[in-house]
Amino acid sequence: MNFDDTTEEAAYRAQVKTWLNANKAAIRPEDHSSRADAVAGAKVWQSLKYDAGYVGITWPKAVGGQGGNAMQQIIFNQEEAKYDAPTGLYAIGLGMCIPTVFTHALSPDIAARYVPAAMKGETVWCQLFSEPASGSDLAGARTRAEQNGDEWVINGQKVWTSGAHLSDFGIVVCRTDPSVPKHKGLTMFIVDMKAPGVDVRPIRQMSGSSEFNEVFFTDVRIKDTHRLGAVGDGWKVSLTTLMHERLAVGGKPASAPGVQEMIELARAIDLEEGNALEQSHVRQKIAEAYINDRGIALTRMRTISALSSGRAPGPESSISKVVVAKTMQDMGSFAADLAEGAGMMTGADLPHLSRFQGSYIGAAGLRIAGGTDEILRNIIAERVLGLPGDIRPDKDIPFSEATKLG
Amino acid sequence: MNFQFSDEAEALRDQARRFLDDKADRPKARAVMNSGVSHDVQLWAEIVALGWTALRIPEEHGGLGLSVLELCVLAEEIGRALAPVPFSSSVLLATEALLLGGTEAQKSKWLPKLADGSAVGAVALAEGTAPPGTRSGIKVVDGKATGVKAPVPDAAIADFIILSAQDGLYLVETDVTGISIDAVETIDMVRRSSRLTLANAVVEPLDGGRATLDAFLQSSAILLAFEGLGGADQAMEMAVAYAKERVAFGRKIGGYQAVKHRAADMYIKNQLARSHAYYGAWALLTGAPELAQAAAGARVAALDAFQFAAEENVQLHGGIGFTWESDCQFYYRRARMLSGTLGSKAHWSDALVRALEQRNTMMAA
Repeated sequence: MNFDDTTEEAAYRAQVKTWLNANKAAIRPEDHSSRADAVAGAKVWQSLKYDAGYVGITWPKAVGGQGGNAMQQIIFNQEEAKYDAPTGLYAIGLGMCIPTVFTHALSPDIAARYVPAAMKGETVWCQLFSEPASGSDLAGARTRAEQNGDEWVINGQKVWTSGAHLSDFGIVVCRTDPSVPKHKGLTMFIVDMKAPGVDVRPIRQMSGSSEFNEVFFTDVRIKDTHRLGAVGDGWKVSLTTLMHERLAVGGKPASAPGVQEMIELARAIDLEEGNALEQSHVRQKIAEAYINDRGIALTRMRTISALSSGRAPGPESSISKVVVAKTMQDMGSFAADLAEGAGMMTGADLPHLSRFQGSYIGAAGLRIAGGTDEILRNIIAERVLGLPGDIRPDKDIPFSEATKLG
Repeated sequence: MNFQFSDEAEALRDQARRFLDDKADRPKARAVMNSGVSHDVQLWAEIVALGWTALRIPEEHGGLGLSVLELCVLAEEIGRALAPVPFSSSVLLATEALLLGGTEAQKSKWLPKLADGSAVGAVALAEGTAPPGTRSGIKVVDGKATGVKAPVPDAAIADFIILSAQDGLYLVETDVTGISIDAVETIDMVRRSSRLTLANAVVEPLDGGRATLDAFLQSSAILLAFEGLGGADQAMEMAVAYAKERVAFGRKIGGYQAVKHRAADMYIKNQLARSHAYYGAWALLTGAPELAQAAAGARVAALDAFQFAAEENVQLHGGIGFTWESDCQFYYRRARMLSGTLGSKAHWSDALVRALEQRNTMMAA
């Protein structure tokens, strides 16, 4: 056992480090505001990465990727993360949408038209899956697509669409046949977010910021050439996207404080019975946070180790997000409790408290986004442990009938 | 990065699991419990013949000289199978204590016998309400010890016992005058324990005093974490298997979210425990500066996972799980026994935070 790179990994890491160091002057720090002015810096950085061959590291060469392995992508991400580079703008497009496009595009022309431009950072993409009536129940999408000659006409509403207000294109899953069971009547399309009839309205989140949007479609026209996969295969196509989503999300957000911050906060607080860090109940809580926080980092190392030695990673990475989000929430509430009255107040003069307060608010969203705690537990129980699926009264009846249930 | 067991260690795991599935099924544990005997003598002889007792002992003392990683694998498999043999006491604890701090004379005398199975060792840590390595009432004057240790697992069949005192570890041979070993009942009715009473009994210190004791507690925390991890996984698998069979309200109970989410929580805790145990194995193997932190983390995560899986295994079995005939009780009881054997979760949580504080100071310096 060791935590060292293999010879090949070390060589790749050295090459990445050299390149990052040579180009670091071009890095504008990540701007989490999701405002339009965050775009420029991200575009410059993305284009530099593209020219240097650090975009689509694991993608096949045939689609413009580098034909590399997962370890190279991991190494690049690790090194890039040290610079707080602006990558969020492209995370969904390159992490989820574009792999779906190059896997399921109907013609090489479509792939050639969209993939390189997205890789260079010239276009920003979003993923239009969730709807007001279908969040966890993704296959319950109601946004309609009706065929009209060589076009499809889209009507309906999507919600929780990250970055839609900054996006040029999106992939959208639509109901094309309500007369068949829900999983069979969906179709996926590429949609031009600037097309007539697309209306993007930001949602203000509990945290006060607006990373998500509602997107309304009113008679939006999409050419049939922009379909992804066969008519009725939208569920299968969306699994490509979601598989990539599970790879893209799950780690602890860089902004979230950890165990060392909790120790420093506790050390700065005196309770009636003495320093907070000396109290048994506080130490128990810190230990608990460490088991989860460090445990997820170590679990990730098991996955990386498997990838590094060319083995298929085990299902253990499926525990990541469900642990990370709840641990963030628990640590946030505990930190605020430790600070008593000051824990309610913003701007209190205690180390890291404001970060704990921020991650407490953010954690509530993280427990829902990209698969709720409940859905993720279902996935672990059903796919990893092999327990039976839930009862689904809507599964085998026409979707038009299913919408009347409940 | 290589944060997994080698192919050789995994091959040993497969061999061990096949052997234990075949030979050490839980009816053997039940037979030991019902009969009141110390352990399954036949099974222990077969384990000795496989070389498991010789695994870590250097070749010059008649052993195989393999690494601690192989031992971790066996610890997990023994814990999983609940094999009614003194493997934990004699191999994971007593042998390792001698390897860590035994004098040349102690090693020459006992290691060859431990390797070939002609001797069994036990370790006496528990003492009243004091966690191991804290306060101890054992008094050693002129090489003679007085005091009481209880419970001491497998003491009744041990040829020697290694006991902890305030200032380090001591070895006492069980045929000296001034020693008495009397059976006590504990929550674990498969792993038999005794009260060890010493009245001016001849003892010999191990080398290294307090430092050896601390290193021994860390190494034990990691090895017993693997034992607990094996138990936790097996308890989870029992619960999942039952949930796939048992029908209530017209369907398999494993289809209900209240049940499947509990099963998912067992999986989550077990995976966290596995990752921490691996970290401990790495730290033990390499003598990394993170050893104190990794050992405490492995211990806390394993206790947490095993206790949860053992409790929820009974719960998901419903009434049948609470019967004497059900095997659920074995893991329920063993999880408690392991918690008491080396210091509770609270004790090790405190040690973990101390290690994190020290590490923080070191990093800052």
